[in-house]
Amino acid sequence: MQFPFLSVIVFTPLVAALIILMLPARRKDLVRSVALAAATLDLILSAWVYLTYLLQGLDGYQFVEQYSWLPTLGISLHFGVDGMSTPLILLTGIVMFTGVLISWGEERNGVSAGIQDRPREFFAFLFILASGVFGVFASLDLFMLFFFYEIAVFPMYLLIVIWGWVVTREYAAMKLTLYLFVGSVISLVGALAMVWTAYQNTGVLSFDLLHLEQAGFSAEFQRLWFLPVFLGFAVLGGIWPFHNWSPDGHVAAPTAVSMFHAGVLMKLGAFAALRVGIMLMPQGAKEWSWLILGLATVNVVYGAFIAFVQTDFKYVIGFSSVSHMGLVMMGFATLSREGLLGAGLQMFSHGVMTALFFAVVGMVYDRAHTRHIPDLGGFAKVMPYPAIGFIIGGLVSMGMPGFSGFIAEFPIFMGVWKTQWLIAVIAAVSIVVTASYILIIVRRVFFGEASEVLLHHHVGDVTPLDKLAIVTLCAFMVGLGLFPGLMAPMVGRGVDYILHLLGGA
Amino acid sequence: MLLAILPELLLLVLALLLFIVEPFWKGERPRSGWVTFYGLLLIMIVSLIFGTPRASQEAFGGMIRFDWFAFLFKMLFLFGAALTALFFMDHPLLSKRGEAYLLLLAATLGMCLMASASDLVMLYLAIETTSIPLYVLAGFFLNEQDSTEAGFKYLFFGALTSAVMLYGLSLLFGLAGTTALAALGEKFASGQLSLQVAWGILALVTVGLAFKVSVAPFHFWAPDVYQGAPTAVTGFLSTASKAAGFAVLLRLFLMAFPSAQIPWPLLLAILAALTMTIGNLLALPQTNLKRLLAYSSIAHAGYILIGVVAATELGMTSVIFYLIVYLLTNLAAFGILMALGKVLGSDEVTAYNGLSRRSPWLALAMLVAFLSLAGMPPFGGFVAKVFVFAAGVEAGYIWLVFVGVLNSIVGLYYYLNVMKYVYLYRMPGEEEKKHPIQLSQATAWGLGVLILGVILLGTVFAPWFAFSSQAAQAMFLP
Repeated sequence: MQFPFLSVIVFTPLVAALIILMLPARRKDLVRSVALAAATLDLILSAWVYLTYLLQGLDGYQFVEQYSWLPTLGISLHFGVDGMSTPLILLTGIVMFTGVLISWGEERNGVSAGIQDRPREFFAFLFILASGVFGVFASLDLFMLFFFYEIAVFPMYLLIVIWGWVVTREYAAMKLTLYLFVGSVISLVGALAMVWTAYQNTGVLSFDLLHLEQAGFSAEFQRLWFLPVFLGFAVLGGIWPFHNWSPDGHVAAPTAVSMFHAGVLMKLGAFAALRVGIMLMPQGAKEWSWLILGLATVNVVYGAFIAFVQTDFKYVIGFSSVSHMGLVMMGFATLSREGLLGAGLQMFSHGVMTALFFAVVGMVYDRAHTRHIPDLGGFAKVMPYPAIGFIIGGLVSMGMPGFSGFIAEFPIFMGVWKTQWLIAVIAAVSIVVTASYILIIVRRVFFGEASEVLLHHHVGDVTPLDKLAIVTLCAFMVGLGLFPGLMAPMVGRGVDYILHLLGGA
Repeated sequence: MLLAILPELLLLVLALLLFIVEPFWKGERPRSGWVTFYGLLLIMIVSLIFGTPRASQEAFGGMIRFDWFAFLFKMLFLFGAALTALFFMDHPLLSKRGEAYLLLLAATLGMCLMASASDLVMLYLAIETTSIPLYVLAGFFLNEQDSTEAGFKYLFFGALTSAVMLYGLSLLFGLAGTTALAALGEKFASGQLSLQVAWGILALVTVGLAFKVSVAPFHFWAPDVYQGAPTAVTGFLSTASKAAGFAVLLRLFLMAFPSAQIPWPLLLAILAALTMTIGNLLALPQTNLKRLLAYSSIAHAGYILIGVVAATELGMTSVIFYLIVYLLTNLAAFGILMALGKVLGSDEVTAYNGLSRRSPWLALAMLVAFLSLAGMPPFGGFVAKVFVFAAGVEAGYIWLVFVGVLNSIVGLYYYLNVMKYVYLYRMPGEEEKKHPIQLSQATAWGLGVLILGVILLGTVFAPWFAFSSQAAQAMFLP
């Protein structure tokens, strides 16, 4: 019997959360150490899974584990990863690890970085959320997918409302939670309809995704249910016009939660939309792809323009996430090899990039106490690591060759060009806009005149742990940019499977 | 045959024992409470060992059915009553009052009979045996205006709806010439009874049952009674009493009114949609937590009805599963409210400011209970809701399921809103450290068991589902 990698990965954060809750509240550093240990373990395990999949050139669903959970209704704890989800498992490992590093923070002469108030509860809730995220990426059972999906949603409310930005946290936390919950319950109804229809078609009652793929849903059924299911999940992927929760939520959340949120949770929505929406109802996907493509285009262009006019550092990044997630949705909507490949790579690339962005924003805000871009300036002198990190992230964001953004965006645009060249032209505008707002931030915040804030608040450098987080995140973006072969073939095999479900091609 | 009423007999023995020895006990310790608690546990154990039904059978000339359905509900009531006895002991005005425990036992006895009654006469007797002690318990604090008002309101509406139902039952007997549920079902199925009449009778009977389980439009007593009654009594009222109501509802509708001839599911579907929506919308503006939970319990009756509407085996299983989850969760919620109400002196939500800093564990327990009510995993509420919705979709009531899921969003809003007070807001002066909250050991254990149960129901749900399924099958066997 093989070592149950996936269940250990999924349940490690949950067990760690329970252990953390048992610790005395006063021993803050002990709490953080346990959290870091668990995060490191998960990073190592997910890297192991990734490397095994990569080096052995595996195909299809691997590391499969299946435990019967409720046989009467055909529910089982069924884990397995393919070329699409393996990079996302790794991504979650990375973001979890760096998120803990960032939250460690420091508390001295006026600087209160990271999480200083009730870190025990913070890490417990954050890890419950992490368990949910791993669970969704690894689940091959529809019931369990929803189970983990909801686990990933509700701690977000507490994390934002308790540790978030004082000004908007109550509003943003509730808005975010309700948006996501509305999406997920509507998908749930669709999923239940799928399960019963599959039962009528095949005579087997099962929530297993691999079984449902073969259920032969009628064209009419798919036409009716594809949109609710896809859009229900895509709410979490930030699709326009249901993206509204996302910038508010990102801005209100504490740093590590923003990283998790933009970095991993939005991929959760996109991934579930792909896994349940497109892969189970390919016919419906083909029929509605024009609509998804249209919405995604609005995402990309509109998100970029709104990001451009923001003056709050964090809102810029928040809207840039909306814009970039639009590219993922766009890739899905092409239903072509290039588009899906790009979307798969973009999910990973954007996850790492945006986690880095939010980490840097958090470091600046914790020390400068403002995010108003005109008030900032000259930060590269005191905090060189965040500055360099942000520039690398910015280059990824613009899609510069040599960075992971390029190898992700290029195939997406190729796919879109093949499907509908006009859309590609319109969407390409966003690249220019993105480049301009990133460069403006780099100039205003990190270079230029030393600002009032910098002189008055005695802004100091970031902690060594923060630097480690930045270096880790940058390493992945540059590494993937220079050696696309580390990920592209794997995602490509995942795409082959999806294309097989879509029939032909 | 006596095995069929083993729990009832033992309850009677326990009640009589308490009745005799209680006057001789004096002193500080709530001895009657402990006798009740351990007595109930003992009854559960003895019934589990000796009193399990082999196959479904009738007893006492068809008055009572001895099947898994009845047995499971009886265990549920005994468990709920035992936990309620624990909570009673925590209240200074209840703990040493022997009559409170006696009334609790009497009500439990009635509920056990409700679950097993298979004859109209027995059914009505059981319902009244349950209701009358509960009227008294609701108005137990004679010196408090709210409590007496609650008692009187409950009695007034209870008697009224009960009379309407009795009228319906008497019509049924007059037309059919039998009071046995199974025989009634056969007569409807074979067309010996006119179906037009059935609708009239159904409406009358539904009034009585809808009152018991607080289904709209017969829900309006619930908020006032729940708020006014002693919190521990409210917990019992909203869980065990509601579960007993549903047991009768399932038994009566499935056995006496065959859904193939009389499409009552549609009637209940409309009531379910109404109940969920009214309960959730009215819960939104509440600032008193007892009142909020009262409206939430109305909403939950609506969700449970979705499973009843399905009228399939999965539907019944999901209803029973939901009731198990709901009993544990809501008992925990009211247990917390009771323990805190004593310390804080208020049930207003603002009194809960800073709770997580005063007592992190209690805050966590409250979080678990409220999230389970909201239907979030990994707690029982999520699984229960998914099963009910699954049954609804299976039976083709997609519109009803949509109403259900939209309502659960409203629910999530007000449950999370409460958690904001617990976790975010601070006490005046931020002096939480100076005001820690101590729980009595009995309450702490009780809450611990309930919270653990809620988590178990939400994660390892297969065995519970199997029990529910076994009980549900008993309804479909001859």
